[in-house]
Amino acid sequence: MYDSGKIITGLVIFVALFASPFILNVGGGAPAVPQPSLDTPAIKSMGNPVCVRENMQANHMQVLDLWRDSVVRDSNHTAPGIDGQLYEMSLSNTCMECHSNKAEFCDRCHTYAAVDPFCWDCHIEPPKEG
Amino acid sequence: MNVWISLIASLIVIGGLVVGAAGVAGLAQYSHTPELLVLLGVVVPLLAFIAFIVGVILQVVKWGRRPVPFPIATVAGQGKSLPWIKANYFDAPYTKAGVVGRMALEVLTFRSLFRNTKMELHDGPKLAYGWQMWLWVFALAFHYAFLTVFIRHFRFFTEDGSLVFQAVMFLENLDGFLQLGLPHVLISGFVLLGAATMLLLRRLTNAQVRYVSLIQDYFPLLLIISIALSGILMRHVIKVDIVAVKVLIMSMLNFDFAGIGEKALAIGWMFYLHIFLVSVLLAYFPMSKLMHMGGIFLSPTRNLLCNSREFRHVNPWNYPVKVHTYEHYEDEFRERMIEAGLPVEKTLEETQEAAAPEEKE
Repeated sequence: MYDSGKIITGLVIFVALFASPFILNVGGGAPAVPQPSLDTPAIKSMGNPVCVRENMQANHMQVLDLWRDSVVRDSNHTAPGIDGQLYEMSLSNTCMECHSNKAEFCDRCHTYAAVDPFCWDCHIEPPKEG
Repeated sequence: MNVWISLIASLIVIGGLVVGAAGVAGLAQYSHTPELLVLLGVVVPLLAFIAFIVGVILQVVKWGRRPVPFPIATVAGQGKSLPWIKANYFDAPYTKAGVVGRMALEVLTFRSLFRNTKMELHDGPKLAYGWQMWLWVFALAFHYAFLTVFIRHFRFFTEDGSLVFQAVMFLENLDGFLQLGLPHVLISGFVLLGAATMLLLRRLTNAQVRYVSLIQDYFPLLLIISIALSGILMRHVIKVDIVAVKVLIMSMLNFDFAGIGEKALAIGWMFYLHIFLVSVLLAYFPMSKLMHMGGIFLSPTRNLLCNSREFRHVNPWNYPVKVHTYEHYEDEFRERMIEAGLPVEKTLEETQEAAAPEEKE
């Protein structure tokens, strides 16, 4: 092979770049699967879930986005839950009334999947009760 | 006619791949057959990755074995010759640094595509040549969008806390700075889809380009369009559980196959379509025109010094050629030529006289 020094250097860089998903994981072992915790007093005291439709894990961000537009732009503050009751469309006051454990609920999956939600650009995390 | 056959054949192949992969994944989900999902989501990607790495290395080594004994660099500016003629440093580089600069500009900004021209025949008849920038514009948009998309996917390959992970999150925030919809629209994905589509349309609308387009030109474009489209659909429309996706990918990267079937069942069919198309791209890459990724670095018309006006290059393999001049020929056959009555330049006497003084010396 001609210019083998240069070509082999190039090939080593190529393999290092494209095999980096494997290389970066050498010795680490697969990380623990995140388990969002439902262990809050409000959820424990509740019988059936009242607000959560199916596939919330995949779709909650769309719901929150629609809520924001509805509240901020249309001044429409309530939406029916699956139990037919009207709920206030509020992340801090409604969602997090039950899911009061942001670190164990929201953050676990978000951190795992490299999701950096911009909720907290405006919202503050509700203070822990008691 | 052949043009449309190439396009239609590519569409049929792509359609078959898409329908096949989506069908198999959907069926496997429906009948709870994790084996098929593991095949699509883990086995095929791993095999495709091996084929990609090995294929690229073999192809590059094959190119490396081709001798380039003579500088065949093409100049795009004044080459270096006499000291009072101003030489073009990057377009006809005569130093190693100049070659590195030329290659860097070529690899990063595609200057060869920038020089794309179009020929038109007007009434008269008059022939007109004009600069055409669209190939360059779409190629730039396409390649940089693809690079961004590629880097963004490292969020599935790295863990929280690593430097790459932080960098990828930063890049993704930049990419989604429009904050449009949730999950945010990432600009690179749509630019990738749009630019690939425009490159396809350029192939179809420009008669000269259409004439030279074959199935191996349409197929990679359509494949990349399908990949981009399936990715965008997976993010915004036909959603999958992104945490489950990362769990599966992390198991694959760590070769930790315990309970892989359960992990695979937790992901929607769209993911399997997307990763299968990517696997096809990876496996197809080394034998396709996409190998210009490696080939651009091995282009002798770009990576050699343009100094053939400065130095005389002689093929190092030139061996002394055996020649038989007329003088030698006459020396060999003089007597017989004279016998046959043929004219000779030197008579027998003359050769003896000439030889005699030499012997005395």
